[in-house]
Amino acid sequence: MIIKKSELSSFLDKLTGQYQVLAPVKKGLEFYFQPISSGVQADLSYSNSVTAPKGILFPQSETLFNYDVQGETADMQECLDTGKKVIFGLRPCDAKSLVLLDKVFHGEKYQDPYYLSRRANTVLVGLGCGEPRGTCFCASLDGGPFGTEGLDLLLVDIGDKYVVEVVSEKGASFLTGASLPLAGKDDRAAAAKAKETAFQACTINLEGLKEKMDVNYDDPVWGFLHEKCLGCGACTYSCPTCHCFDILDEVKDSTGCRVRNWDACMFPLFTLHGSGHNPRPTGKERFRQRFMHKFKYFVDNYGAFACVGCGRCILNCPVNIDIRQVLADIKAGGDEK
Amino acid sequence: MQVASLIQDAAKRLLAEGQVELVLGFSEGSLPLRSTPGFVRRPEDAVKLIWDHTCENNLAVYLLKRKSKTAIVAKGCDTRAIVTLIQENQVDRNNLYIIGVPCTGMIDRRKVEALLEGQELMAARVDHDQLTVEGKDLEKTVPLAEVLHDTCKACTCPNPVIYDELAGERVPEKPAGDFNGIEAFEAMMAGERKAYLAEELSRCIRCYACRQACPLCYCEECFVDCSTPQWIGKAARTEDNLLFQAVRVFHLAGRCADCGACERACPVGLKLSLLTRKMVKEVKDLFDYEAGLDLERKPVLTTFAVNDPQAFLVKE
Ligand code: SF4
Ligand code: SF4
Ligand code: SF4
Ligand code: SF4
Repeated sequence: MIIKKSELSSFLDKLTGQYQVLAPVKKGLEFYFQPISSGVQADLSYSNSVTAPKGILFPQSETLFNYDVQGETADMQECLDTGKKVIFGLRPCDAKSLVLLDKVFHGEKYQDPYYLSRRANTVLVGLGCGEPRGTCFCASLDGGPFGTEGLDLLLVDIGDKYVVEVVSEKGASFLTGASLPLAGKDDRAAAAKAKETAFQACTINLEGLKEKMDVNYDDPVWGFLHEKCLGCGACTYSCPTCHCFDILDEVKDSTGCRVRNWDACMFPLFTLHGSGHNPRPTGKERFRQRFMHKFKYFVDNYGAFACVGCGRCILNCPVNIDIRQVLADIKAGGDEK
Repeated sequence: MQVASLIQDAAKRLLAEGQVELVLGFSEGSLPLRSTPGFVRRPEDAVKLIWDHTCENNLAVYLLKRKSKTAIVAKGCDTRAIVTLIQENQVDRNNLYIIGVPCTGMIDRRKVEALLEGQELMAARVDHDQLTVEGKDLEKTVPLAEVLHDTCKACTCPNPVIYDELAGERVPEKPAGDFNGIEAFEAMMAGERKAYLAEELSRCIRCYACRQACPLCYCEECFVDCSTPQWIGKAARTEDNLLFQAVRVFHLAGRCADCGACERACPVGLKLSLLTRKMVKEVKDLFDYEAGLDLERKPVLTTFAVNDPQAFLVKE
């Protein structure tokens, strides 16, 4: 099937009647995934959004339930979001990150109703990357500029139109009734060509990394890698795979709500115990945690690296700590080079 | 001689003679127009140190809690932060060797991005006072002065105010700041200004990169992190984001070095210098004090003078 670019906004307009539609919206120089009320607000001329669309399914802050305590009893309302959503035009790396989050929130031991409810009610329409950024390395992480993992539909830009490829059953049923024209032979050939010519300059070599990280907990390399890190949340809060959170109550008199907020391993407050003890007392342990979690613990627990190669942490770090260099340094190990 | 080689020579000498254990400077970054803080401990590594229009970070932030003898490469504004840190007993002057660098301004990558019409920056070079940037199929040359950070354009203190040696020639002092950049912001009516700030800060993701990049934001426990009592909502809600910045800026009154480090660190490009510079201006207007310019002068909020304005006092 195809969507003509000239008809994209009317296509989106129709969707906004049935779904909450979230699409890239330009604000200043940056793009953000935001709910749109009209198709013209969406701007697909983007390389990627500053922060990852994971925040739509796993919001930075969400109220889990509200309560009202009366004497010995309490009235409680859970806040399950069951609204129908479409995330339109997300990049393949960000779709793949949701598959990784599924492993956590849809696990054997733990099912997260808040995430899962949103996930089940959301259709993911991806947009393939004809021109990957210089900091994109998804192809090194089992993905690619036209990867479909996690997606329901994939759009391929072929100039004046998008070829719509159906990836999942959910995607197929989403399209029933949309009465989109079928893709012709030429369209399909053009889509195949677009995929072929997309060139990703940046690659990283992950061979041996996990094996190295199985044994390098005390490597002197950690002693200097973290030195220039400021301990902020610019990397983890923009990362599509980071998923640590903190839960707290906001109470006023007898009413309150339980709120879940993102947390970040780079903050001094992360894992600070009530006693004042912190098992990760300095930047060194916290920096190690970020990389261990992504490239060792997650692999041990779920059999995949917790990085999809979107490059956001590289672009957003205020002191230019580059994950590609960090991984190379970890692999080399030893003292300061 | 090139500034970079002067820095390298100094670093090499200081390390070889054992005068310092560490030199904090800048080294080559991994992206166009990016440098990265460089920690150099061996004389032979001094060659890694660079100096150009991308050395935008305020390295004074790395001096906090450092016990060993350290040398630091510092621009004018960086030295203002150092002065305040010394005054506040956070840095021991005897443990510090300052390689001061007269500064001609740092490039604002967002201004460069705006030139590139959405294309990714592939390469950049500075030739005299012109900057040439390349996108995929676009090349532009602009006067360097146009793409400098606003804080650099308005900087009145390009020469280090305190140093042990100077790398490079002093640059001409600029006239006292006219706070041009914040005029439009100041001119807004209260309601308009609040609406503007709310719209801007709705984008804040509470990553605290601004706080972490600031050398003067060194509280052991920041009020936003405190949980007993909880002073502020932890969620990234606009009203709490506003409160966070308001308190941060108030806490920097009379201390902010006007270096722009917070703004440069913000991943969503918030114009934080509007707030910090407004506060700098208020303090200057009220007390004729600018932080970090004079090590001997008492920090303004720790002193009292009978002729201090007392407009806040309740009158009969
Ligand atoms: S670690 Fe960095 S490159 Fe990997 S997914 Fe997260 S933000 Fe993207
Ligand atoms: S990392 Fe891959 S999928 Fe993500 S934006 Fe870049 S090219 Fe596209
Ligand atoms: S963005 Fe950079 S400075 Fe901030 S925590 Fe991450 S690595 Fe450290
Ligand atoms: S750096 Fe920017 S986004 Fe991060 S907390 Fe500060 S103002 Fe908010």
